[in-house]
Amino acid sequence: MTGRWIRSRESILSLAIGLMLVLIASRFSGFVTPANLGDVFNDTAPLIILALGQMAVILTRCIDLSVAANLALTGMAVAMLNTAFPGLPVPFILAIAITFGAVMGLINGVLVWKLEIPPIVVTLGTMTIFRGIIFLLSDGKWVNAHEMSPAFTGFPRAFFLGLPVLSWIALFCIAIIGLMMSRTPLGRSFFAVGGNPHAAVYAGINVGRTQCAAFVISGALAGLTGYLWVARYAVAYVDIAGGFELEVVAACVIGGISIAGGIGSVGGAVLGAVFLGIVKNALPVVNISPFWQLAISGSAILVAVVLNAQSSRSKGRIILREAETTT
Amino acid sequence: MSVMKRVLTTVAAVATFAAGAAQAEDVRIALVVKALGIGFFEAAAKGAEEAASELGDVEIIYTGPTDTTAEGQIEVINALIAQNVDAIAVSANDADALVPALKKAMQRGITVISWDSGVAPEGRQLHLNPSSNPLIGNMIIKLAADHLPEGGDVAVLSATTTSTNQNIWIEEMTKVMGDYPDINVVSTVYGDDLADKSYREATGLMQTYPDLDAIIAPTSVGIVAAAQAVVDAGKVGQVNVTGLGLPSEMAGAIESGASQSFAIWNPIDLGYSAAMLAYEISKNGAEAAPGAEIPMGRMGSLKLDDNSEGAMADPFVYDASNIDAFKSIF
Repeated sequence: MTGRWIRSRESILSLAIGLMLVLIASRFSGFVTPANLGDVFNDTAPLIILALGQMAVILTRCIDLSVAANLALTGMAVAMLNTAFPGLPVPFILAIAITFGAVMGLINGVLVWKLEIPPIVVTLGTMTIFRGIIFLLSDGKWVNAHEMSPAFTGFPRAFFLGLPVLSWIALFCIAIIGLMMSRTPLGRSFFAVGGNPHAAVYAGINVGRTQCAAFVISGALAGLTGYLWVARYAVAYVDIAGGFELEVVAACVIGGISIAGGIGSVGGAVLGAVFLGIVKNALPVVNISPFWQLAISGSAILVAVVLNAQSSRSKGRIILREAETTT
Repeated sequence: MSVMKRVLTTVAAVATFAAGAAQAEDVRIALVVKALGIGFFEAAAKGAEEAASELGDVEIIYTGPTDTTAEGQIEVINALIAQNVDAIAVSANDADALVPALKKAMQRGITVISWDSGVAPEGRQLHLNPSSNPLIGNMIIKLAADHLPEGGDVAVLSATTTSTNQNIWIEEMTKVMGDYPDINVVSTVYGDDLADKSYREATGLMQTYPDLDAIIAPTSVGIVAAAQAVVDAGKVGQVNVTGLGLPSEMAGAIESGASQSFAIWNPIDLGYSAAMLAYEISKNGAEAAPGAEIPMGRMGSLKLDDNSEGAMADPFVYDASNIDAFKSIF
């Protein structure tokens, strides 16, 4: 029952994406060529990866506003590491980025779990702290393209079976998180904690620890994206990805993940991110005045959120009814 | 202000005073910078030294606080007044906070000019701007046109729609478009000074205008992102990225060929001109009044406007021939 509901949410979003592509194609036919759609997906990959982590957090009734700052801090850290030791192999850098990001996620998680501070306050605080640390770390200076090693910047754009590595990493993350959400006790407990925390406690789930785990996942993915971002744009400075956390939350909300927790899917998060990615990539080429672009992408988000809010109300009732019948 | 720093400043003051006394006939010009240890200002000091060796009877005192605060600069200026230097050329951390200290200096007969970052008119005799809006507007289109002898299509990648500086420069550029009849500006897009949005806008430009010859980005984030987008699109050699950027940030783009050349002020010329102007006023009695024209050696002369401000020169062009020398400076 619930499954069909969520599937239909995803199909509505797919339909909207299809319609949008037709609309864009009527103004700029080159946009819908397979090669360009591949580029758009590649460009959206960081957003997709972050949306997956944010989804886990939002499912547990929390929110992670520090993802973009985490991304920027990890990006700066690995960029400076690469400058200092150009010989470090990329897998090692990836491992460091993921660990570094996960540690920052753990800080968020522990504050939410042990000190029971509201997540929005915690992550708003750590967001500012992380940005501040980047400034201290870098002294406000940039790490530039010529200071990074070719292997460091080349990795995400290397082609493998017709797609850049960046796209493959996004696909890999979708697969892993998809498996985790549907097949592991942790993944299921995210839904349980967000759907009804009190019931989750009776079912033997530690709510705080589950929320903490969601923050660690979000942080690890943000760390991974941090390296990919810095390598892709070949520059690291204090303000990279400024304001990106809101785009990540928007992608989740458009993807049908309820801000109230407990409802959402990996497919929804990915489609939400792809939707935003297409809007962002199409606006420059369809020749719309830049003064209108912000208004257009803003209204697209608003429309999606309104649609979402209306349907999620009925969805909530259905989940509860199902829970009643099963217990 | 720590005790240590105070002691150090005093020691430095005494040391320079001792050195100054030994050669009292020299004109002593203090170059006060925002903070010590910044590549841009170290380069300016190099330029001032160049002016000193050209003039002969000049001693340059390169000084400044250890961090970019107005308090630190006031302390440095007070120490310089105590040393009775002949001229102070300052790049200010705060336009108003330094005025009382600098007024005191002028009352003691010390020549005071500001350069790079200005001081309010009552606190200095003249201000030296590295360039001016019309010069920058002309330079950014000239950079693109110089590599397009046959003419061609260019697009502008700016910061935000509301960025005052960029809007003025683009406006000034539009005014002189008549001088470049074969150059056609096809579009102006805004990357919001975000690396990812600028990258996406640059990619969009290359898709919308397949025959695009150049992207002009008068913003340091935009120019770097556009150069990366050109490299990733495999259009190096077809699309030339140019505009305003810093040599340290653009070295990679010059190396890859995505950018043929770009411009920004030259700190060496700036320090040289500041020292020359201070010398002219202090030693040769040039008057820094509105409308005056003061010579500054190899950089020509500075024409002062109603606020006693003047623009040094066109932004300096950086390309493959000089990037290596400047990329470590700023």
